[in-house]
Amino acid sequence: MSRMSEQYIARSSAIAARMLGGEMMVMSAVDSTFFTLNEVASVIWQAADGHTPLSEIVEHRVCKEFDVVPEIAHRDAEQFVRDLTLHGILLVSDHPFSDVPHRPVTAP
Amino acid sequence: MSLLQEMNERALELGIPLGVHLDVTYRCNERCVHCYLDHDDHGEMSAAEIKNVLDQLAEAGTFFLTLSGGEVLMRRDFFEILEYARRLQFNVRIKTNGVMIREPEARRMRELGVEQLQISVYSHRAEVHDAITKLPGSLRRSIDAIRFLKSQGLKVAIANVLMTANMGDHGGVQALARELGVTYTLDPTITPKIDGDESVLQFRIPPAELNAVFHNRDLVGNVEEFCAPPPPPGDDIMEGYPCSAGHTACYITPYGDVLPCVQFPLASGNLRRQKFIDIWQNSPQLNEVRSIRAKDLPVCSTCSHVGTCTRCPGLAYMEGSMRGPSTADCEKSYQRTGILTANMLRKARPTAPLVQIQPVAV
Repeated sequence: MSRMSEQYIARSSAIAARMLGGEMMVMSAVDSTFFTLNEVASVIWQAADGHTPLSEIVEHRVCKEFDVVPEIAHRDAEQFVRDLTLHGILLVSDHPFSDVPHRPVTAP
Repeated sequence: MSLLQEMNERALELGIPLGVHLDVTYRCNERCVHCYLDHDDHGEMSAAEIKNVLDQLAEAGTFFLTLSGGEVLMRRDFFEILEYARRLQFNVRIKTNGVMIREPEARRMRELGVEQLQISVYSHRAEVHDAITKLPGSLRRSIDAIRFLKSQGLKVAIANVLMTANMGDHGGVQALARELGVTYTLDPTITPKIDGDESVLQFRIPPAELNAVFHNRDLVGNVEEFCAPPPPPGDDIMEGYPCSAGHTACYITPYGDVLPCVQFPLASGNLRRQKFIDIWQNSPQLNEVRSIRAKDLPVCSTCSHVGTCTRCPGLAYMEGSMRGPSTADCEKSYQRTGILTANMLRKARPTAPLVQIQPVAV
């Protein structure tokens, strides 16, 4: 698959987030919008360290951990990133972020 | 079912303390006449200890964190604690009187992504508010704080506790909240002090005033719906839990004591000696609280209000039994619907004396 440029994703600091029973709960501190992310989306969210390209997250995490066709995984991941970016809870750039966001805490 | 309700259901199923109320200090710059706390420092946790507690709460799955007191800003290290809590991605709400919040504090709270601040306002009239807080100028400073916070785009709620001294002022406080563009919440319950002292109960509003509050459309919305007679309880009600205390929520004192709720002073462990998760999962006190279903309440299970009553197990505990009725909530159910509660009927029933003496006809 060819791409025009790499995408780097980082979690916004203006959110509250916690893993609950395998799903990530995320709430925007800006508008209190509340999301729950399924297992696949949670993997992408947790891997959004600002330095790992999205394509690498999909290939090395999503495709390895879940039974999913790479083409579909890439397409869905890009849509997921677009959706969360619109709400300001995920930041996206075509360069690695200089400031590494805090790692989310994982709970049972 | 909303996402938030789903999350609560899930936390209940998994036994996760989703919401924790942490009082970082009992020290306060106000001396409210009805307050349930003393205001001395009996050895509150250091910032390092609190950070360790926050780490443990995050590991346990806590999402909603309420930071309160006392007055949180009496701690010089409050922003250090708040910053750490936000770094752990808690959804943070702060309860404060706002007296020490100026523009820089409001800006820092916005930068740190605080979800909401709740500020106590007792009256729109300074002479009434300041007489309750015993701090001259406190109403003006609290209102200034609300304006600073609003100007930063933060969500603010006014908490209006009703008591004898301000019971005619809720309309004025509600209008003030509208003018300031903040949410208004009313609480007509004065609780005993956390050490069991009931002297503050003298400030509770009288039943007639409670009745007027519950029948005020501006406060409750649809009065007919709010004051409707309780429907017969189904099995789901009888098998249900009284409230979230000890199930998905708990309270931590500035000294590290873990209780089921701020209104439920049942010491269940101490974080200076035990890990939070051990207390949460294994404390006999919390396990006892969790074991109680509505059907296990000897008086309340026979009450027609069992499915709709706001019965607080903590207030019941302070009255003598966590399985017993909470008379303040009995009064609320009665004033709301006009239907006597099982507890009221029980108390009104004449009882036969233990020793009976009958005159003997000669």
